[in-house]
Amino acid sequence: MKRIAMWGLGTLTALVLLFGYHTSTSGATNATTVATGPTTAGGSTSGGASGGTSGSTTTGGTTVTGPAADTRWGPVQVRLTVADGKITNVDVVQYPTENRKDQQINARALPILTQETLAAQSADIDMVSGATVTSEGYVESLQGAIDQAGLS
Amino acid sequence: MIITKPPTRHVEHVMGMPISLALRGRHTDDTAARSAWAAVLDELREVDRVFSTYRADSFVSRLGRGEITVTDCPPEVAEVLALGDRADRESGGAFRVWRPGMDGEPVLDTDGVVKGWAAERAAVHLRALPATDFCLSAGGDLVCRTLDPDADPWRIGVEHPIDPTRLVAVIPVHSGAVATSGTTHRGAHLVDARTGLPPYGVASVTVIADSLTWADIDATAAYAHGPAAADWLRTRPDRDALVVWPDGTTTVIQ
Repeated sequence: MKRIAMWGLGTLTALVLLFGYHTSTSGATNATTVATGPTTAGGSTSGGASGGTSGSTTTGGTTVTGPAADTRWGPVQVRLTVADGKITNVDVVQYPTENRKDQQINARALPILTQETLAAQSADIDMVSGATVTSEGYVESLQGAIDQAGLS
Repeated sequence: MIITKPPTRHVEHVMGMPISLALRGRHTDDTAARSAWAAVLDELREVDRVFSTYRADSFVSRLGRGEITVTDCPPEVAEVLALGDRADRESGGAFRVWRPGMDGEPVLDTDGVVKGWAAERAAVHLRALPATDFCLSAGGDLVCRTLDPDADPWRIGVEHPIDPTRLVAVIPVHSGAVATSGTTHRGAHLVDARTGLPPYGVASVTVIADSLTWADIDATAAYAHGPAAADWLRTRPDRDALVVWPDGTTTVIQ
């Protein structure tokens, strides 16, 4: 049950952000404010009350695709991959496509995804923002690892 | 989602920090890309010569010691000082380029303004590359561009301020800037200019804005506000932000 609870919490946190990210505080207190997140049992998934949630199990873990949530920029839909009770990947499968002009001008067109359970090495990211990475600390930093893996 | 080729990466060190560039599209590793990258680095090195507080002979160091006046400096110094004045006013004095020094004497430290401003400025050489997307990071503060609105956004990981081997968030950005302030790597070098003391009650602040100049200034100013960081950020126009508190919880302002 502990594993299930962890999964549910992570999923809910992501959904909370999508449903109400004008101002959201992630964490257990907020997870309780949404009652419509998907629930899970024994490695398979079932859709929550919000509907439109689907899940599947693959060798890399279980994926859960949430319902498309209407945001002020248009519909946003996320797919979570969960393995051993932890979120190992978050893909945004649907971004807002309306108001393209706004999207180009507005730097803030997409929701911030907070994922306290996301292991850094499994996140598919292009660049790291952090508190002033120095040249001394660079080699051991996440940015250093990403650059090293991608240098031509 | 469209599966695309991974971006081409370039890295150099300038101003004591890594400058990382990711390019995708038409010019990623050809002559045009390499000369744009060289121009970015030249620009940052020039900024370092003028503004470095680590170089005793920089214009800003000499200005801080009162040996020269602003009119003796390149015009960029006046531009940066004006930005600093505006940041001072808009942050209620929490952010100041003249900050209280160890001995009580004010010290001129433009670092809180210069890094984002310099990277935003240097990125003009990348903007000139046709049909090319870029993401340029100057020591963890970055500016991105995506020309095709249907293309995948750049995925920006936000380093966890308490455990830098982990991420605390992912921010998808098509075009815009992301800056983070905190003390993870350099120790307590940031102070609340109102007290001269390191801020308390906040672990890091990440700000997303249209320009890196203001993302960086606002991240630093919000961090200086300590426990009031999120409240202050809510007063800022056209900004999104992520505040990480010392217990690892987060507040998203969006």
